[in-house]
Amino acid sequence: MMADSGPEEIAVIGNTDLTSAELENNIKNTMVEIEKWTSLLRKMEISVGEAEKRTGKNTVNMQEIYTVYLIETRPVDAVTEGIIPAPDSLWRRYSEFELLRNYLLVTYPFVVVAPLPEKRAEIVWHKLSADNMDPDFVERRRVGLENFLLRLACHPVLCNDKIFYIFLTEEKGWKEMVYETGFQAKADSRLKAMNAAFRVKNPDKRFTELKHYSDELQTVVSQLLRVRARVADRLYGVYKVHGNYGRVFSEWSAIEKEMGDGLQSAGHHMDAYAASVDDILEEEEHYADQLKEYLFYTEALRAVCRKHELTQFELEMAAQDLASKKQQKEELVTGTVRTFSLKGMTSKLFGQETAEQREAKLQVLEQQIEEGEEAVKEKNTESDEFVKTAWIDIEHFKDQKDRDLKEALISYAIMQISRCKKGIQVWTNAKECFNKM
Amino acid sequence: MSRTIDAVVSPTQTNTIPADISGQMLDLDEDDDLEVFSKDSTLADGNMFNASMPTSPGSMVNQCKFEEDEESDSKDIFITVDNPESHVTAIETFITYRVLTKTTRSEFDNSEYEVRRRYQDFLWLKGKLEDTHSTLIVHPLPEKFVVKGMVERFNGDFIETRRKALHKFLNRVADHPILSCSEDFKVFLSAQAWELTTYKKQGPGFLSRMGETVRAVANSVRGVKNRPEEFTAIQEYVEDFSNKIGSLDKVTQRIVKEQKEYLEELKEYGPTYTLWSGSEEELAEQLKGVAGCIERCCKETEEQVGHLSDTLVPVLHEYVLCAETLKAVLRRRDNIQAEFEAKNEALATKKVDRDALKEEIDKLEDRVEWANNALKGDWGRWQRSMRGDLKSAFLSTAEKNVDYYEKCLAVWETFLLSQRTEPSEETDRDNTP
Repeated sequence: MMADSGPEEIAVIGNTDLTSAELENNIKNTMVEIEKWTSLLRKMEISVGEAEKRTGKNTVNMQEIYTVYLIETRPVDAVTEGIIPAPDSLWRRYSEFELLRNYLLVTYPFVVVAPLPEKRAEIVWHKLSADNMDPDFVERRRVGLENFLLRLACHPVLCNDKIFYIFLTEEKGWKEMVYETGFQAKADSRLKAMNAAFRVKNPDKRFTELKHYSDELQTVVSQLLRVRARVADRLYGVYKVHGNYGRVFSEWSAIEKEMGDGLQSAGHHMDAYAASVDDILEEEEHYADQLKEYLFYTEALRAVCRKHELTQFELEMAAQDLASKKQQKEELVTGTVRTFSLKGMTSKLFGQETAEQREAKLQVLEQQIEEGEEAVKEKNTESDEFVKTAWIDIEHFKDQKDRDLKEALISYAIMQISRCKKGIQVWTNAKECFNKM
Repeated sequence: MSRTIDAVVSPTQTNTIPADISGQMLDLDEDDDLEVFSKDSTLADGNMFNASMPTSPGSMVNQCKFEEDEESDSKDIFITVDNPESHVTAIETFITYRVLTKTTRSEFDNSEYEVRRRYQDFLWLKGKLEDTHSTLIVHPLPEKFVVKGMVERFNGDFIETRRKALHKFLNRVADHPILSCSEDFKVFLSAQAWELTTYKKQGPGFLSRMGETVRAVANSVRGVKNRPEEFTAIQEYVEDFSNKIGSLDKVTQRIVKEQKEYLEELKEYGPTYTLWSGSEEELAEQLKGVAGCIERCCKETEEQVGHLSDTLVPVLHEYVLCAETLKAVLRRRDNIQAEFEAKNEALATKKVDRDALKEEIDKLEDRVEWANNALKGDWGRWQRSMRGDLKSAFLSTAEKNVDYYEKCLAVWETFLLSQRTEPSEETDRDNTP
């Protein structure tokens, strides 16, 4: 089900199962992006429609059950011409989404790449099972995957990526294509670099601050989500116990003459009250998912900061190397030894080198210095380029984050208002019944 | 015969109630709380005619009416129970309550009385009323001992809860058309401490009470043979009612517990938003706003739980005790009938002084009739009271819950309103390239 959006003739994607808050969020997100940059969405609608279970053999040749998700795409033009053709579709499983994301991370290290929804349900409250096969979890994951694709499609850089496009349009052979790009080697070296320990002398302060921010954000949002889950748990208990009133009132009404009717109907309202909490908490789970997305975003932020550190470190190393070569040349030319070197010591012990030997060395050094200067220039450009492009994306991310989270908080307030209104209604009704007692 | 432990307080002599008294109460042996009224009341057999009881049922009926309507407009006696104080003697420590009476009734010499009474005295009064009017329904007293966990039910203030229950007890007695005319009641309200002690010493002694007990037990073992259908119906109702009200009591306590646990978590929830706001710029205000809303909802929740504990829980608990009282009343009625039936049978079989026996049987027959009428009349009265009390308690709870949700709604709507006035800033930002 696609919704028409308006003057831009950009169809807004979405599954009707999204809550109105999420839909609005997606629409807003989409609209803003489209105004500024060319995006994939100008050309096609994307949605993650359904989920299905499949069985197959895994890598160790054992039977496994997994879920696949239906990705549907449709060119925008087709809709606006009045004809609504069936969308093209293909099935993808979660691990393929992961592969796509890893590819993008490696290929565009300056981009804050949108996170995937949880692989396993974590930070749940007791009623929600942590089972990956649980239909509610699968549904929420479906929504999360759709959101992920939309984020990519909106991104000015990522939306033009060929691998991404093929992910959406061709089911077979996509995996092989990804591996053919040779990204795996890059992925491995990236992993190594991420885990390496090195010290950067002059990192861009903005990145240092960003790293601190993402650490803080991770901590506070994790805590918030944990407490929220506990609150939800307790609220569930309160509502459900009221269901017992329903049962007892009903039994009691059987032995009372005057009070019977009032008690009986009051009991029904107590049952309704107890039942209402299920929907309330399901809705709140969507709010939690919105926060979780930004919790997972912190990892992407940290990755970009790390990349900057790496780039900066390489630049510093190159510059250091150049400086040392220049130093050596100077020493060779002037004949002074300011720095300690084994060669220097041995020559002192075993005699000076000949003029020819010195000349040869000088030539080598000059060559190295030339190369070094090139290297430094390159690294400098690389680093500047990275900082520039990364920072554009980060500013864009910050705006998106502020917008999205503001909407999320508003939708949370709306949920609380809705819950209060339901409470008022139930207890007003119950009061009427008690009055009749 | 029964232990009276009104209060266990610290040995220091004070006039104010120590705040942690409730904590000390929990140390009592759990078996003691089985000391409930059913045991007490079966000892007081309706067979006992003491000095304060009028000899003929007729004169009783003439004195006071059974009708209900006199209470609201023509209330001529006002009683309050307040001002608990602790007293320390060499032997024990206990609490007394001030009982203040204002009345225009002619049988009282003065129009105002102020006395101090301890729980033991209330227990005595209840016992006397039940002895004298064994098939009337006397409103229950608060429990003698504290059950583990009961203190949590009553919002932690045991003395206050007991005071309220004692207040209700006396007022219910005062409202009762027959019980309020009791001489024992009058003495309770008006006598000074030493006068009351002297008065209490009157009446049948220990041994005669023992004799009555044995006979009561014998009668209850024999059982009543021809119980009128209406009393069987009442008994069945009381059985069911007792179960239902017991369940409601438990459910309500569970709700209070769950609500309190919810409140504990909620108190931690708001601060997580505040913590977050410290890391944000654009979002900081909004996050603090949400934190503020949650905090205000916490306060409302606290109030709501308090209301539940103060209003619904005590009433349900009272009626749990009432159910036990009713069972006891029905048993006593049965015993009176059983005694009559036993003597009646003896008339046919035993070789005794038939005339003397016949006279005794007539008296017993009268007694049965009187007891039945008393109970019948009071039964209707009790049902009306029960309906009124429970209806009012549930209504009050529902009203408070509506109020609670309305207040929380206002909190969130205010927040939402403050957010909605900002969109103009938003669009400006979007338009700048």
